Amino acid sequence: MSEQTALDILFLAMGVIGLLTALTVLGEILRARLPHGETDPVVETFMTRVHSWWAMVILLSLAVFSGEIGILLLFAFASFAALREFLTYAYKRRADHLSLALAAFVILPLQYVFVGLGWTALHTVFIPVYAFLLLPIVSALRGDPRRFLVRVAEMQWGLMICVFCISHVPALLTFDMGPGAEDRSVLLIVFLAMVVQFGDLFDYYAGRHFGRRRVAPGLSPKTLEGMVTGIAAAALIGAGLSWITPFGPLGAAAMAALASTAGMFGSLVFAAIKRDKGVKDWSHLIPGQGGFLDQLDSVIFAAPVFYHVTHLVWG
Amino acid sequence: MMTAASRRSLPRRMAARIVGHALVFVARFITAVRADWRGTEPVARQRVYYANHVSNADMPMIWACLPAHIRRRTRPVAAADYWLSTRLRAFVGPEVFNCVLVDRRPEARTEDPMEAILSALDEGSSLIIFPEGNRNMGDEPLLPFRAGLYNIGRARPGVDLVPSWVANLNEIMPKGEVIPLPLICTVTFGTPLHVAEGETKDAFLARAAEALVALRPPPPDAEP
Repeated sequence: MSEQTALDILFLAMGVIGLLTALTVLGEILRARLPHGETDPVVETFMTRVHSWWAMVILLSLAVFSGEIGILLLFAFASFAALREFLTYAYKRRADHLSLALAAFVILPLQYVFVGLGWTALHTVFIPVYAFLLLPIVSALRGDPRRFLVRVAEMQWGLMICVFCISHVPALLTFDMGPGAEDRSVLLIVFLAMVVQFGDLFDYYAGRHFGRRRVAPGLSPKTLEGMVTGIAAAALIGAGLSWITPFGPLGAAAMAALASTAGMFGSLVFAAIKRDKGVKDWSHLIPGQGGFLDQLDSVIFAAPVFYHVTHLVWG
Repeated sequence: MMTAASRRSLPRRMAARIVGHALVFVARFITAVRADWRGTEPVARQRVYYANHVSNADMPMIWACLPAHIRRRTRPVAAADYWLSTRLRAFVGPEVFNCVLVDRRPEARTEDPMEAILSALDEGSSLIIFPEGNRNMGDEPLLPFRAGLYNIGRARPGVDLVPSWVANLNEIMPKGEVIPLPLICTVTFGTPLHVAEGETKDAFLARAAEALVALRPPPPDAEP
């Protein structure tokens, strides 16, 4: 890693750590203002979330510093954890045992191997074409026709969402940033993660404070006002971060707005799936946030769009 | 008193502990197994955890999700004919899990199973037992309970009988499959039971089964 890239990452990490420190101090002040021995559930929820953010920021920083292998391993594990949650609530039967095992233990690792080797042509068709054709064959060979289409459709959806889409985050590493800047593509991952996360955060708090018009009543508390605020905030933050991208200030704002928009609609889609399955959170693995899928839902929808537009417009 | 465990050599005991940690890691990696202490707290009281039995992975799951200090004092009650059948099993069952081995075949056994169970309790251990006796392959949530749970409750009334529902394992590792699926497994611990004064065997076993089934989460993938 070049010195300039390392310094830029360090600068960004310091910025985020400073922000988290401020939030932690704020939470502690709110706690200290309460009478001795009392707790406020809102403050406690906020602090649990802040602690989870600390863990995520530290993990992502370590992965970014350790280079390509670290990032691939981190996102491969995130894919595995997300798929584990998705399949837990998927409709499946005994006849799908082998195809589900193949999905988790063969197709998932292979997808990350293809991303790591930079075999772009294969990594973009492997799951949508080859896994799509192979897994229903394996299920069909076990000879159970009961609700077959539902079973294979949910299996394919799980792979697309949890493996194909998430693998587009480390796939950003293959983007060519030009001579002398080969290792700066890692900053695109930082850019994507930051604009999507901050967009979500602004959407959440703005929606709670002055949101009125719900975009999908009966499905999610998301409001038009919250989403617009979130997307605008993402665009501003994106413009402020344009120095780590090849997009230029206006381009960075547009890319950030695009990623944030895709991400917000992604969480809306996941709200629909959770409602259908009757679950509130996908699991309890991330304290204060639910499961990996609850945390990653917006990145899942943002990553492929961000990846393709980056290649199409700036490639 | 010299227990069986302390007679074994130090390297052997170390190997058993390392294998134990590896098994806990694998169980957590594949199923993210989580304990839901709904009716009681994870405290170091002497207990008999009684659970539903659908898969050979049930016992390792409960064992893995107990906090380490409780796990060290908790011994699964398991079938001798299964755990002594190969050398590997004879290491994993009695030494890694520290199982109380009982023989399910009356004609072959030298020791009364209840004596082995009560003497493990008298040494201070907690236990994990599967009162259905065999793995449940049918559609009913539970098979009829054997009398063992009632006899334990009568003989040692001070011990908590804790219902423990293991969810999802029939999908993670159904009978006949070799590769476990990565799905989330939750073990739900309910409110401890005791045999009431003058309670009949059938009444108690019905009450115990009811308390266990009540912990079952709604099936997530019910027929759409």
